[in-house]
Amino acid sequence: MKFDTPATTNPIDQMKVVGKATTRIEGPLKTTGTAHYAYEHHDAVPNQAYGVVVGSAIAKGRIASMDLEAAQAAPGVLAIVTAANAGTLGKGKYNTAKLLAGPDIEHYHQAVALVVAETFEQARAAAELVNVSYARAEGVFDLAATRDSGKEAKDQMPDTVHGDFEGAFAAAPVQLDATYTTPDQAHAMMEPFASMAAWDGDKLTLWTSNQMIDWSVSDLATTLGVPKQNVRLISPYIGGGFGGKLFIRADAVLAALGARMAARPVKVALARPMMFNNSTHRPATIQRIRIGTTADGKITAMAHEGWSGDLPGGKVESATQPSQLLYAGEHRRVTMRLSTLDLPEGNAMRAPGEAPGMMALEIAMDEMAEKLKLDPIEFRILNDTQVDPVKPQRPFSQRRLIECLRTGAERFGWSKRQPQTGTQREGRWLIGQGMAVAFRNNLLVKSGARVRLNDQGIVTVETDMTDIGTGSYTIIAQTAAEMMGVNLDKVVVRLGDSSFPVSAGSGGQFGGNCSTAGVYAACLKLREAVARRLAIKLDDATFAEGEVRSADKRVPLQAAAKSGELVAEDSIEFAELSKTFQQSTFGAHFVEVAVDSATGEIRVRRMLAVCAAGRILNPTSARSQVIGAMTMGVGAALMEELAVDKRLGFFVNHDFAGYEVPVHADIPHQEVIFLDETDPISSPMKAKGVGELGICGVSAAIANAVYNATGIRVREYPITLDKMLDKLPPMI
Amino acid sequence: MTISRRTFLIVGAVTAASVALPPFISVQASIANAARPIKASVTIWVNDEPRDLDLDTRTTLLDALRENLQLTGTKKGCDHGQCGACTVIANGRRINSCLTLAVMHEGSKITTIEGLGTPQQLHPMQAAFIKHDGYQCGYCTPGQICSAVAVLGEIRDGIPSHASPSLTEPPKLIASEIQERMSGNLCRCGAYSNIIEAINEAAEASA
Ligand code: FES
Ligand code: FES
Repeated sequence: MKFDTPATTNPIDQMKVVGKATTRIEGPLKTTGTAHYAYEHHDAVPNQAYGVVVGSAIAKGRIASMDLEAAQAAPGVLAIVTAANAGTLGKGKYNTAKLLAGPDIEHYHQAVALVVAETFEQARAAAELVNVSYARAEGVFDLAATRDSGKEAKDQMPDTVHGDFEGAFAAAPVQLDATYTTPDQAHAMMEPFASMAAWDGDKLTLWTSNQMIDWSVSDLATTLGVPKQNVRLISPYIGGGFGGKLFIRADAVLAALGARMAARPVKVALARPMMFNNSTHRPATIQRIRIGTTADGKITAMAHEGWSGDLPGGKVESATQPSQLLYAGEHRRVTMRLSTLDLPEGNAMRAPGEAPGMMALEIAMDEMAEKLKLDPIEFRILNDTQVDPVKPQRPFSQRRLIECLRTGAERFGWSKRQPQTGTQREGRWLIGQGMAVAFRNNLLVKSGARVRLNDQGIVTVETDMTDIGTGSYTIIAQTAAEMMGVNLDKVVVRLGDSSFPVSAGSGGQFGGNCSTAGVYAACLKLREAVARRLAIKLDDATFAEGEVRSADKRVPLQAAAKSGELVAEDSIEFAELSKTFQQSTFGAHFVEVAVDSATGEIRVRRMLAVCAAGRILNPTSARSQVIGAMTMGVGAALMEELAVDKRLGFFVNHDFAGYEVPVHADIPHQEVIFLDETDPISSPMKAKGVGELGICGVSAAIANAVYNATGIRVREYPITLDKMLDKLPPMI
Repeated sequence: MTISRRTFLIVGAVTAASVALPPFISVQASIANAARPIKASVTIWVNDEPRDLDLDTRTTLLDALRENLQLTGTKKGCDHGQCGACTVIANGRRINSCLTLAVMHEGSKITTIEGLGTPQQLHPMQAAFIKHDGYQCGYCTPGQICSAVAVLGEIRDGIPSHASPSLTEPPKLIASEIQERMSGNLCRCGAYSNIIEAINEAAEASA
């Protein structure tokens, strides 16, 4: 179905199942270790062999020679795949760097070989024996040094220039001009990249861990040079992705090549220390923000200019993008510049663009509020806009930012905060509170599903949608249950298989809204088919409590499938509405920190997020998405940074010992409030996304709280002790 | 000499780093190892059943469980003792199964996530994780649950932690104790706040 007019009343509005806090339907499997992830399909095919990836030891240059003799002779070795023997390989549309390098090397730890052996231990030992000689070439690894060579990425993020920024800024009585940096960050999902490949003649089945099944089928087929219809991907459980698993990676291609060469199924998991340089990461940014206001705090001029780098042919990290839309102000300049770096591939990570952009913008807003002697919440409210500031004829479909701010302030006890920095003390601890706005656009992607009804009254949904921890299984089951008028236990959901209809997939926080809207569309078709079979007029029919009811009839739903299973398939397609309205999600973050006055150690003590993101399909999993994103935001604020070796060109801290992510002891009890909202412009579900909204702004709220506690303004993330020490109050 | 706060902390950090250098393994040694795969037999009690294994001595307990015994509930997140996804309970104490070789466990009694409960018959900790949504992708979850079950045992047995105010008084069942003890179990999905609630509930139920 085409979604081209705002949703009116529909069966989802009953909210008998949708909108109810529901524990995950796959919970009993995940908590008992019986959900099978990519590397764990022992029963799928017999005779599985093990592959271990060898990564490049240089960042840029060439493989001069490769000596495989010792590795080949090692016990148990079945095959060694290299670019020299793999045949011609293509490159997927979504990959920037090749997934199997040779002879040219594009980045450190780019895969150069796969060693396949009978056992994992044998493959790992033999991989150590692959002897590669490299000819190292000069590379460029320092973003700051390349800043001036950056180019506008015209097709990805063209400049927004509106009015006369320079003139308006120069004339503004109150001005801010500050530069912020965000480092390279890693997805660091807990399940490593993993795939198992099995060939049956020229047909390939790949059990893998992937967020976007259809993209990845296409890219794998392109890379291997086989027809798309010969490739099947199966990815029922995904141990986290956060954007890292949007695309096929080396494990997928090498498992397929290894299985072909060894003539048996091969499984490959990337070793953790190889993940950080082999795969993609969130690129570092430099962001300069200039804000000019009137004396009473109205923004008149706003410039947000950013710089990021990537491999040749790569993408810009569109960090400055939130400044196109978030605040009012006539004269505006929003730009990004992309320069070429020879570091590993930069790509999407949870809220690409907005996450690092809000890290900077929301500190700038805090700084500006202070200059104006305005409360930071009031300053934001003063500059709220209900329309696209550059195209005022284009309203937001919903924008309840002010309500988020006010609700949060009330719940958090904002009025008790001391605006004067460094004035709240508890023993050795300096206490501070900070806030920031959360803002992430709502994207709409076509999504399909198939729905079956059998004579037991079981409704089965099939779609290639994935559940990466987001709760897709459950919200899809809730949607089908609501539409067909059955209990949740009558619904079976099957996901992550490319033999199912193509869905939106999991990315850009669009998955929840779009995939359920696709299920809604398929269920509408199934309702028609049911009504036809039962000879009930569809307009008179209600689907409730396992029955189909009309004025004069009550029939059990399964009666419709007595003469054979009913199958319906459809997809939802989005049209003009996304152009005539700006669709975004909003929120407000509130944080309290304690900073050790002697060491600068920062402890997060309280966190609250208030979100306005359309209908919340399952408050349980939606809340989890938000607290998870807040947790990742704590990492971004306080610890996460891929340290660049600017000489040799790689990320030095490439494991969990060096790349620190938040642990239990770092995270306090977290609170989330969802405003009661529906957005009929968005989809028939009237929902939007929350999975990325939660990370946008939270790091800045922490930075602002640290400032409130200590008076120390750190503009280079992460806020580590070394940036605090010299500025802490004197030790007595 | 005056030592500023900054130099004091830097000196401390350097000293710590110099003892943490990895051992050097020569190429010759690894060639020699590869040429001589050594197998050994071992009997490990896994979830109350004796399991006889004949395996490469280099096999970790984690891989013995996941690959040889096909008990894939125990997860491999890092294979380096850095994430806790592989946590199992060995002779009553939780361990990172990736950091120990299977052949070191002759006669050990190992409890894995599969041994705690089944989808039909959940362990109270598993049920509490479901109720409080103490997980998202589920990949760290078996490790979190095995760890959590063992943590309650450690507190019950009076074993102190870094967060305990006293080494001699029995530790209390409070959030800071649980958070400290659970900090070896990473959850990138960030379910920590819910996990603590789940553990609290399971603890109260068992008290
Ligand atoms: S897999 Fe053992 S600690 Fe990570
Ligand atoms: S649930 Fe995904 S890492 Fe913990």
